[in-house]
Amino acid sequence: MAARLARTAVTPLLPADYLDMVAPLRAGAELRGRVLSVTAETPDAATVHIRPGRDWAGHVPGQYVRLGVDVEGVRHWRPYSLTSPPATADGSISVTVKAVPGGVVSNHLVRSLAPGTLLQLGQAAGDFVLGAHRGPVLFVTAGSGITPVMGMLRSHLHELDDVVLVHSAPTGADVVFGAELRRLHARGRLRLVERHTSRQGVLAPADLDELVPDRRERQTWACGPTAMLDAHEAHWAATTPPGRLHTERFRPAVLAAGEGGTLTFTRSGALVATDGATTVLDAGEAAGVLMPSGCRMGICFRCVAPLRSGAVRDLRNGEITTAVPEDGIRIQTCVSAAAGPCDIDL
Amino acid sequence: MTTTTAPPATSPAAAPVPERTPAPARGGEVRAATEGRRHTPKPSGKPDPTAHLSVEQVEALGRELDALRQEVVDSRGARDAAYIRKVITVQRSLEMGSRAVLLFSKFPPAWVLGTAGLSVAKILENMELGHNIMHGQWDWMRDPKIHSTAWEWDHASPSELWKHSHNELHHTFTNVLGRDNDLGYGIMRVDEDQEWKPAHIAQPLVNFVTACIFEYGIVAYDLDLMKHLDEGTTDDEEFRRNLRASLRKVGQQSAKDYLVHPLLSGPSFLHTLAANAVANLVRNLWTHSVIMCGHFPEGVETFATDSIEGETRGEWYLRQMIGSANIHGSKAMHVMTGNLSHQIEHHLFPDLPSNRYAEIAPRIRDICERYGLSYTTGALHEQVASAWKQVLRLSLPNGFTVRGSAAGALRRLGNRLRAPLAAVAG
Repeated sequence: MAARLARTAVTPLLPADYLDMVAPLRAGAELRGRVLSVTAETPDAATVHIRPGRDWAGHVPGQYVRLGVDVEGVRHWRPYSLTSPPATADGSISVTVKAVPGGVVSNHLVRSLAPGTLLQLGQAAGDFVLGAHRGPVLFVTAGSGITPVMGMLRSHLHELDDVVLVHSAPTGADVVFGAELRRLHARGRLRLVERHTSRQGVLAPADLDELVPDRRERQTWACGPTAMLDAHEAHWAATTPPGRLHTERFRPAVLAAGEGGTLTFTRSGALVATDGATTVLDAGEAAGVLMPSGCRMGICFRCVAPLRSGAVRDLRNGEITTAVPEDGIRIQTCVSAAAGPCDIDL
Repeated sequence: MTTTTAPPATSPAAAPVPERTPAPARGGEVRAATEGRRHTPKPSGKPDPTAHLSVEQVEALGRELDALRQEVVDSRGARDAAYIRKVITVQRSLEMGSRAVLLFSKFPPAWVLGTAGLSVAKILENMELGHNIMHGQWDWMRDPKIHSTAWEWDHASPSELWKHSHNELHHTFTNVLGRDNDLGYGIMRVDEDQEWKPAHIAQPLVNFVTACIFEYGIVAYDLDLMKHLDEGTTDDEEFRRNLRASLRKVGQQSAKDYLVHPLLSGPSFLHTLAANAVANLVRNLWTHSVIMCGHFPEGVETFATDSIEGETRGEWYLRQMIGSANIHGSKAMHVMTGNLSHQIEHHLFPDLPSNRYAEIAPRIRDICERYGLSYTTGALHEQVASAWKQVLRLSLPNGFTVRGSAAGALRRLGNRLRAPLAAVAG
């Protein structure tokens, strides 16, 4: 009754819209977090400490959290591995981000994020976790691929007695958490093998067999660039009983923004091959999909539809928009053409 | 006074400006041999105000405006996002603050303060927030709450319905006779090329009543109610669905303003009820005035029904520019009109963030001058007066003047009397 009265009192808004102005982290709100601090790890990596909203359900070491970050006014969603233990004294969580060249979000987080900023959060997710395994472990990581493993080490290292970590980075100074890992190695808590790729070259899967002779007997967790994971998966498939390699990919392979592509309308099930000059709207309509439409010239926004994944080109200026399923990207179908395979949520 | 920048005698833009095409014959299409521009004349046969431009010039104008649009699109950023979020915060704080004050509306100072604050909050919500967000001006931020597909406004008409009639019909068919229902809202005659009917005599009164109940007028307009009543199609399934949605929205809005908040005020029930009614009335009068200023004032051009067949991008821009009128004034006035005071800029680029219209206005005006096009603007009171003058003048048939009619009546009387007088004299 009271809730209904409150809703009527603030219609067409919701009571939550007003509560968000004063208590954005309260229970029942959309999940958000407030940035507490940003601490540098290497010249181009930093750890972001976040106080999550009351509804944060916790995480398992190795899982990631999706952050919704406004950069230059535009919201971007990116997954980052949680590097904090599940239970911290102040209830905060942290992610560690490496600025990648040209990376809009990573560079913003590492270099310009101000304490106090509100971020959108998803609940922790991912199955790149140790589970019940406490036997011999091999971690193979490269670059920021160390981050989910650091989450596991900080929570589980005391339960594990045989851990080998092979980590690749351009130089010793680029190793994220370098000091902490070397300290653990010096104390004999784990065996750290650093591969400095600018001098030693990229680690080949076969190199691992020399570095870690008993690799086949170990459960292995690997995280790093797509090419590295592809190579390891092929090597494991050829040499090792199945089920011993666990990999984590942050993002699917980079989308090729080409001319035209196949449109999949996920709700109606229609499939249309289009050229780069046909709008998504025209192609959908030609295939009999019930497309919302309006002015058909890019001004009225009646045709806006979710692009679940893929890439489209704005026919007005050639701009490319890409999406993966969690992004929630919406496009104006009347001025967008496929620039690669696309899934449209219609 | 209202200034309509007069087109210069010659356009410095490019090629020598061709002679104006002569007033064309009714119903025909004139294609001037030299420049290949086509013009579909209106019933009145008024000359084409853009006849001095060649095909090349019109397309060059289109390219210039496309480039300007792209410049703004490329520079949208954190500053703009901060602006709209600030307006949202100010609007919500003002609305809640005013409603809190109105809990004690029995005390006259509280009533005055609360009613004034609520009026401003309601105006901000409809103009700078609702109208502009529903245009998709802020969709680029990808904030699901500040998005054209998600925003519901503090208005009697459901946003889905309004977006159809406004974004899709009005902005596409701007000022095209017989296609743009915003021209007189389908009940008034605001252009000489609209056919006069005796019922138009009452339009000053109709306009005033519409202003007082504007948001309900918009519900009727969005439902296309008059047409459905005229054609007896009120059984139409889509109409009934829209009608149900509209009635539901009207019910929710009324319950909030006229029941829940008065009840919360306890002993101030009636005073709060009156405060809400006045705030809604103030908003109705204000928004009606601003919107009249967009397309009704003198100097604004209209276009023949068939003129937009095969219209190019450049021609579309032309129509938007000379079919709209601006209001000049203070920054506060611009915000309170939702920057519809930059109607010309808004009609050229309906989806650019409203805080950018003031920035590009001088450049649009410069383009108008270079291409010899009118850029109609005036102070708020001048534009409102001008729009009302049109409503009054066009309530009578074209060319009808009181003096002319009186003279005509005297002449007719004279003719009648001449014979008997002659007979008497003879």
